[in-house]
Amino acid sequence: MEIFKEYFWAFLVGGILCAIGQVLIDYTKLTPARILVSYVVAGVILGGIGVYEPLVKLAGGGATVPLTGFGYLLAKGVKEAVAEKGLLGILTGGFTSASAGIAAAIFFGFLVALIFKPKDKA
Amino acid sequence: MKLTPAEYSEMAKKASPGTKSYKTIPIAFLIGGLICMAGEGLINLYQYLGMDQETAGAVTSVTLIFLAALLTGLDLYNSIARFAGAGTLVPITGFSNGVVSPALEFKSEGLVLGLGAKLFVIAGPVIVYGISASIVYGLILYLFKLY
Repeated sequence: MEIFKEYFWAFLVGGILCAIGQVLIDYTKLTPARILVSYVVAGVILGGIGVYEPLVKLAGGGATVPLTGFGYLLAKGVKEAVAEKGLLGILTGGFTSASAGIAAAIFFGFLVALIFKPKDKA
Repeated sequence: MKLTPAEYSEMAKKASPGTKSYKTIPIAFLIGGLICMAGEGLINLYQYLGMDQETAGAVTSVTLIFLAALLTGLDLYNSIARFAGAGTLVPITGFSNGVVSPALEFKSEGLVLGLGAKLFVIAGPVIVYGISASIVYGLILYLFKLY
């Protein structure tokens, strides 16, 4: 029953975050790039004011997989780094916590773009 | 019935086909929810294999980024995205797709200023604004001793 609840919350919270994105696509002139940027910045702010952490505890992947989770990770990294290293942590924290994701996106993106052929545009 | 131009354009927007929100929003909810649920499954799997929670979360992101990059290379991700809308944009897989798509498309313009530069068309702004926001947050923490 616990495991069912866990997946239910992941589905619900993740689904709602995506549905909000779709509302933005349908009813505003925001481009996908702007939506991604907004989600990351929103994640930093929500993480910073402490609203996102409980959502991560509740929904797990439902909160960490959407791009707001990436922003939350940046805020979390900065908070830990500032506590540990002081002033320098302001600069190092974000990249430290997000390094795996950023490096993976760059490297896998590079590999795939190198290996595969672009599709002809119809 | 008298209408101001603003009212008319509002009505025209409502009447015009194209965005069928009663379809697009539930689809985005469903597909996005499923991707997040798959992420939750991966987190559990990696924890079961002995990783701590933080590591399992990071490895899950890496796995999703890899899968989305591969599916983009195979030209499958964009086909799903046309149907799923924000359901495949908002998850980290959408970020990965945004990295691969332009890199692949502009490969013909060279490996450095084509592939290498266009890799950051989407990733660049996301990192610029994400990191900058995190630095502002860090400054606030530091100045007001909130850590």
